[in-house]
Amino acid sequence: MNDAPHALDAGPPHAATVVARTQESPTIFTLRLRLDDPAAQAAYRFAPGQFNMLYLYGVGEVPISIMSDPEERDGIGHTIRAIGRVTQGLAALQPGDQIGLRGPFGNGWPLQEMGGCDVVLVTGGLGCAPVVSVIHYVLRRRERFGKLVIIQGVKHAEDLIWREQYDRWAKLPNTQVLVAASEGGALWPWHVGRVTDLFSLARFNPERAVAMMCGPEGMMRAAADSLLAHRLPESNLYLSMERNMQCAVGRCGHCQFGSAFICRNGPVFNWGKVKTLLGHRGF
Amino acid sequence: MLVGQLMQQGYQCFGPGVENGAIVLHELATPDAIPRGLQAVQSPGRYQLTQDPEQRYFAWANGPQAIKPLAFAPTESLWRVARDASGTLQFSAVLPAAPKRALIGVRACDLAALALQDAHFLRAGARDAHYAQRRDALLLVAVQCAAPAATCFCASTGDGPTPTAGYDIALAELADGFVVEAGSARGQHVVDALRLSPALAQHIDDARKQGESAAAAQTRRLPGRNLRDALMSQLEHPRWDAVAARCLACGNCTAVCPTCFCHAEVDQPALSGESSAHVREWDSCFGESHGHLHGFNVRPDIRSRYRQWLTHKLAGWHDQFGRSGCTGCGRCIAWCPVGIDLTEEVAALTAREATP
Repeated sequence: MNDAPHALDAGPPHAATVVARTQESPTIFTLRLRLDDPAAQAAYRFAPGQFNMLYLYGVGEVPISIMSDPEERDGIGHTIRAIGRVTQGLAALQPGDQIGLRGPFGNGWPLQEMGGCDVVLVTGGLGCAPVVSVIHYVLRRRERFGKLVIIQGVKHAEDLIWREQYDRWAKLPNTQVLVAASEGGALWPWHVGRVTDLFSLARFNPERAVAMMCGPEGMMRAAADSLLAHRLPESNLYLSMERNMQCAVGRCGHCQFGSAFICRNGPVFNWGKVKTLLGHRGF
Repeated sequence: MLVGQLMQQGYQCFGPGVENGAIVLHELATPDAIPRGLQAVQSPGRYQLTQDPEQRYFAWANGPQAIKPLAFAPTESLWRVARDASGTLQFSAVLPAAPKRALIGVRACDLAALALQDAHFLRAGARDAHYAQRRDALLLVAVQCAAPAATCFCASTGDGPTPTAGYDIALAELADGFVVEAGSARGQHVVDALRLSPALAQHIDDARKQGESAAAAQTRRLPGRNLRDALMSQLEHPRWDAVAARCLACGNCTAVCPTCFCHAEVDQPALSGESSAHVREWDSCFGESHGHLHGFNVRPDIRSRYRQWLTHKLAGWHDQFGRSGCTGCGRCIAWCPVGIDLTEEVAALTAREATP
């Protein structure tokens, strides 16, 4: 996790232009951004699991994880749900529009330490965004990893974005895709129920596996219980945390979780570091 | 004499004065502008100005604010962005002007708190330019606290009442004058220019004794210097519900706390639509927006907000900064509108008895 590129980028942001916009679901969209300064764009590096602060003119900033692959050169990908003042404004952007970007921030997933391991990804809701960069990362470097197990849970069937991608991933060798919706729907091909129902179907070697989780904290707690019960060592269980990050450089105090500044010490944590506080509501 | 010398050396001088019925550090217009005989009675939820019969300059314990707003500004622009007719954005940094400032009459608790703010905002490799600009321009003239308020407990946190570090000049006010000591080269430069006669051993001894009796006079205390484990093992204690029933979540405690560093970043667009300022302003973990997260709040109730504040202050700081975040100034007790007493809450939460 220490290899994540770090820039102390407290602002002002760098001007960036929307190069592509994709509507993923009625409320979820993806923006591909390119820094306007060609030298800054060429120098921009990040690790899967890190995030950027996106600035909408006159409105403010939001932390958004990076979903593209570090080696992709056609823009920095951000998948966003239009839910607040800034994200609803970002949703109206079109290619050619300009915004501000600071980052990348935080650490990344410990991908360097996972060579040869089975990779288990557990996500809930839009939690798949920080983890989809890991999927791309593993698929591009397939020979370095063992089995890839993708476990995704959503509340409603229509919340599942990248449905075709899940279908495509499911057909790949050595790759297992397990999807559950709490509420299914017409033509829902996957499981109806909780994401934790899926662990008994997952095929991986717990002694040589690393699990990464992202999504609602209740879901991650339940998933952690299941994974640990399946004998995954606690040291191989990681999660990405979310809080109200405003400065992204460990100053403003909003993202503190116990003594951690999630923007700086996280957002990726080993389960052992956060499990105690995750057991209490209100931190 | 000291103020005059500082003014002569080009310092904007800040010293005690009365604003809105409380003693604050404000800009001194003339070298003799420091009032004599001010005092304030403080108790939970109460602050009342009174007169010191001995007519001393510094016979008061801290008012609501001292150093913090002069280093970590309550509101300031971090950067600006201009937008032209074509929609092109131009970002630019904004740095504050920081004239040389001398603060006269700062206390040991606030010097300890400033050291913690320094640790936060001037972290190696991550200096906050705005804070650094103001902080570097401060000359600190400390005063030994001789008359602690009933809300003070710096002796139990190990931070006072006699300043031991972090000052440029330290004063001890005695019945017949001041004992002056330089704590830095800058301070020595000012002291040398005053051409003072050497302090008598008797005066130095009187100052030491004055500090000891001020410490002994404090009636409140924390039960230990490191309460991290004691508090973190009581996260579901019923006392959190009891304090939440009294707490108004007004944020006064965090506003007057000399170590609280939380701030919000907000945009203030110009009415013309042609530019916007990105501003930071003090924020409080008691506010509803502090724990806001897309569509829900991680701390929706006062219980979790009070617990967040207290466990951060007295537990989280040990991991983050190597010590507690409380320096015993007692402001959160005096300025709480319902008189919640931090020392009382901590005592109840960490009492050895089994939880009821």
